[in-house]
Amino acid sequence: MMFWSDPINFIGAWLHSVFSGWGMSAGPAGTLVAFLGILILIVFALVLDIMLVWVERKVVARFQDRLGPNRIGPFGLIQPFADIIKLIIKEDITPEGADKVVYNIAPVLAATAVILLWAILPIAGTITAVDLNVALLFLVAAGSLGTLAIIMAGWASNNKYALLGAFRMVANMVSYEVPMVVTLLIPAIITGTMSVKGITEFQSGVWLVVLSPLAAVIFTISAIAELGRAPFDLVEAESELTAGFNVEYSGMKFGWFYASELLHSYTFGGFISVLFFGGWQVPFLMADGFHFGSALVALPGIVVTLLQAVSFLVKAMIGYWVIMWVKYSMPRVRIDHMLAFNWKFLTPLSLAVLIVTALMDKLLASTNFYVLGMFLSNVVLAWITIEILRGVGRRQRKAEETALQPAMDAAHH
Amino acid sequence: MTPEQIIFIFCAALILASALMVVTTRKLLHAALWLVAALFGVAMVYAILDAGFMAVVQVVVYIGAIAILFIFAVMLTRKEMRDRGPQLRPGWWLAALLGLLVFAGLTFLLITQPGINRTAAAIPSDVDTIGRLGMALVSPNAFVLPFEVASILLLAALVGAVYVAVSKK
Repeated sequence: MMFWSDPINFIGAWLHSVFSGWGMSAGPAGTLVAFLGILILIVFALVLDIMLVWVERKVVARFQDRLGPNRIGPFGLIQPFADIIKLIIKEDITPEGADKVVYNIAPVLAATAVILLWAILPIAGTITAVDLNVALLFLVAAGSLGTLAIIMAGWASNNKYALLGAFRMVANMVSYEVPMVVTLLIPAIITGTMSVKGITEFQSGVWLVVLSPLAAVIFTISAIAELGRAPFDLVEAESELTAGFNVEYSGMKFGWFYASELLHSYTFGGFISVLFFGGWQVPFLMADGFHFGSALVALPGIVVTLLQAVSFLVKAMIGYWVIMWVKYSMPRVRIDHMLAFNWKFLTPLSLAVLIVTALMDKLLASTNFYVLGMFLSNVVLAWITIEILRGVGRRQRKAEETALQPAMDAAHH
Repeated sequence: MTPEQIIFIFCAALILASALMVVTTRKLLHAALWLVAALFGVAMVYAILDAGFMAVVQVVVYIGAIAILFIFAVMLTRKEMRDRGPQLRPGWWLAALLGLLVFAGLTFLLITQPGINRTAAAIPSDVDTIGRLGMALVSPNAFVLPFEVASILLLAALVGAVYVAVSKK
């Protein structure tokens, strides 16, 4: 293995040999290298998180026709560091009657649940922390730890608004987990694997968004709901619950909730890109360079890895940007609307997509129009859905009109 | 000691300590959270045993669904979430004795089991464990019947829940 062909694994192997040279046996040396890798990954995610604060504030400012942070450093780039210093030196308040231990563990758990997700994110062809064969289930499992953190925060604060926020979060999570899990099955059916690395490698030719655009849309919607961001931000609806589950938190403990929400959004942007937009795949780029037809532009492995990592991070940022776009352009929905939307629309639709995908995948398995057939089946399904919705809407309007008719007649006479 | 053994001892201590806290703590919600810790420890043990699927399912089902429903039910039903009564019943020593006897019996059975000291052969890395599990679940020679029975049970529960919840016109 050479540094130029596979940099990260080379460094890992080199560190392993260095530790062995110091007299460590293979087992502890391997564990130490693994711990160093975990440390580097977490530091990378958290440093990225600091910059996400700037990105989020800048983007929301643009959506609201403002400038955003622009005083400290070029383009306000140093603003997040100033924010952090402010958060750290603020008074740390624990409310009267709070459950101290649970209250203090909650922000840690919220951040942990997000950082756990980075364990399975394939950043480039040769950079994956763990290539789990149950990665898609792992995604759901880590999400449930995040719910737990919010329940703990809401309950331990000894504040009725915080507790109401926690209740809403549970209703939200329990319901939107259903379409999310169902749409996670669709990449698994098409690619035949639950490992995100395998799913990414499958997309070297066609991205899954072409094979199943509906699944991509449903996954994005349920991801936004799982994040608790607008239009599903009932957890922290300011006008009703002041700030929801984190209302009692101050200083850096609040900072952890805020930071983990941002990193969670970016991570879900990453998962949208991995599952449906090819992850680290760059068009025409293979492990040895660009292939244009039969022409090959050979590149060393380190350049390929770098290009793939940049591709992944940019796609994740685009996914994150879409999540922000939705957040800052949509009003909050009412809780009964939100649950009805999930149970009466999103869940049946995701089940229909699952059945159609499973059938078409087997029917078209070895034919030449697999991609076209999968795409068209989604288009037909979307068309049927829209027709059904239009019919329902028409009937509802008719019913309203007939209900209003006597009153209007009475007004005329 | 290998790193794996250290991690195992840590997990085992976590499970035992949390399980003890579940039954000794006076606050109902703390008991539920300690239960989460114990279940998470079990998931870690599965992970050490290279049973990634079991580990993740443990977290999804027990922590993500069951424990959260416990916590939810506790928060919704009890206003005063603190237990004030005595924690021990009069015949506690009998229960302790029985528990010890069962523990001793199980330990004895395990120790006398032939091959208790044998190390399991490592699973070759190219074996698709989760694929095999999936095949076994739908194979007529393996678990297709229990699998289908469980599905019907869940479907019946689903229909029952809808029937109970739907409002009578």
